[in-house]
Amino acid sequence: MSDIKNFLYLNRRAPYGTVYAWESLEVVLIGAAFEQDVSLAFVDDGVYQIMKGQDTSGLGIKNFSPTYSALGDYDVQKIYVEKESLDARGLTVEDLLDLKYEDEDDDWAEKDSIKVVSAEELAKLMDESDVVLSF
Amino acid sequence: MPILHTVNKSPFERDSLDSAIRHALKGSSVMLYEDGVYGAMKGTAFADKVSGAMKDVSFYVLGPDLKARGIDESKLIDGVKVVDYSGFVQLTVDNDKVSAWT
Repeated sequence: MSDIKNFLYLNRRAPYGTVYAWESLEVVLIGAAFEQDVSLAFVDDGVYQIMKGQDTSGLGIKNFSPTYSALGDYDVQKIYVEKESLDARGLTVEDLLDLKYEDEDDDWAEKDSIKVVSAEELAKLMDESDVVLSF
Repeated sequence: MPILHTVNKSPFERDSLDSAIRHALKGSSVMLYEDGVYGAMKGTAFADKVSGAMKDVSFYVLGPDLKARGIDESKLIDGVKVVDYSGFVQLTVDNDKVSAWT
């Protein structure tokens, strides 16, 4: 089938304060279920979505951050995080969830999904995508 | 007449924190909650502004909002005090009025 498109989901909002992060995740899972070629990018406050150690028990709302760890099982293997956004927030990749996928072309070896990219590299990824969805 | 200035937006998304600090007189307090808690973190582009204001203004941050976002207390700017919901209420009582920067 030739109707597989490259979808890039651009996440720019912090989680919990608004519903954008959760809505994006739902749409990502729908896109992956339809076997589209899905990539995620975390930019600006979006990098806060994938910080590790989230615990919403004091808020009485759902902690959806474990869902990001399940993306590998939905064949979502490309997760880009913009370096400039991490730097401005005093964060490094060590502060983020350890997201993995199993590479079927490499004897199901477990590999890192997250790739830290520059704004320039991300601009190219946007250019190469068929569809960019912003949240 | 101290005022409690509340900030619930990320400093990267809106200028609420910047405006709150600019209008906080000596002896006032700034309460960071919801997405405002990111303003309490060390190492951000806004951390120096918060530390600089701290000689005149007290900064508080809501603990449950920190935990929800995965921010360990060790990542907070030195001098920022963590409070729970009842601590937040107490601050509204201890100050003469509240100014919400949303």
